Amino acid sequence: MRLLECVVLLLVAITAPGVVLSRDPKCQVVTLSFYGLVCALMFFIFQAPDVALSQITIGAVMLPLMILLTLTKMRRQNLRRERERKK
Amino acid sequence: MSGRTRTILFLISAAGLAAVFAWGLRNLPPMGDYRGPYGYVLTRVAVYERHATDTVNAINYDYRGFDTLGEEFILFASVLGVLLLFRPGGREDKSKKRVQLEDALPVSDTLRVGMQAMAATMIVFGVYIAVHGQLTPGGGFQGGVILATVPLVVYLSGNVKTFEAIVSNPLTTLAECGGAGGYGIIGLLALLGGAHFLTNFVPLGKTGDVFSSGTIAVISVTVGIEVAGGFLVLMQSYLREIIEERLQEGR
Repeated sequence: MRLLECVVLLLVAITAPGVVLSRDPKCQVVTLSFYGLVCALMFFIFQAPDVALSQITIGAVMLPLMILLTLTKMRRQNLRRERERKK
Repeated sequence: MSGRTRTILFLISAAGLAAVFAWGLRNLPPMGDYRGPYGYVLTRVAVYERHATDTVNAINYDYRGFDTLGEEFILFASVLGVLLLFRPGGREDKSKKRVQLEDALPVSDTLRVGMQAMAATMIVFGVYIAVHGQLTPGGGFQGGVILATVPLVVYLSGNVKTFEAIVSNPLTTLAECGGAGGYGIIGLLALLGGAHFLTNFVPLGKTGDVFSSGTIAVISVTVGIEVAGGFLVLMQSYLREIIEERLQEGR
């Protein structure tokens, strides 16, 4: 059990800088989602299944989704603005 | 500021931070150390007092139910904020015709069949998590989010029309408002009986039963409805515009 805890903490320590270091927002969403999953795993191993469930649903699904949708919206807005400028 | 000065500044502050961390780690209690009395007391009495086997939810929805009410309204307020930001503004948008949505996304048969099977499973799982909050890990919040992701799976399976029908249904707004208000009303109902706000006044039932633990189960379901409604409303406000533009460009 102790080993499992160490491994999962190490995983969190590796994936967290991964999120920060990925510069492209689209890549960052994927790494963030993976980080959310690893975090959920950590909560589960530290015997907090309630928090793990919330973390899976929010951290690995909803938050990346909201960011992706915002990115799409921003890109479309920029495209529209450029087209208007050309006219 | 040049790159060199920035690096030097970073190194100095990083060394300072590391020193403070090392100092803080010196007298850290061992892992799993817990000094407060409330955790021990609550894990001991929650099953007897509230007939709820999941102590976490007994705390969330009963012992500290007032805190959760506040959190509930944080979510409610943030959804309202997004709606306010995305509201259709200007005359231009109003004159624009609503585009007729079609099943426009071409997806492979594997994806379609797989996602449709998954949607059914997810509905059952979400409802299960929401109504078993008092017995097993989970509860209204988690169940509500799982239910809110079902339309997304429908969207992925290519049924844009079905997705739009689910998400733009006026029931989603009703669920959002009714769920948030319902929590407060359950708390107020206790006042009618002369008890404190959010007192557990519903019969507690048999421990381990689905219909047990009184208001904990009721509030859990209410929260589930609110959260599912809230996320659906959010998705609608985001995706409607994106889908519309996509279809217009396609022509």
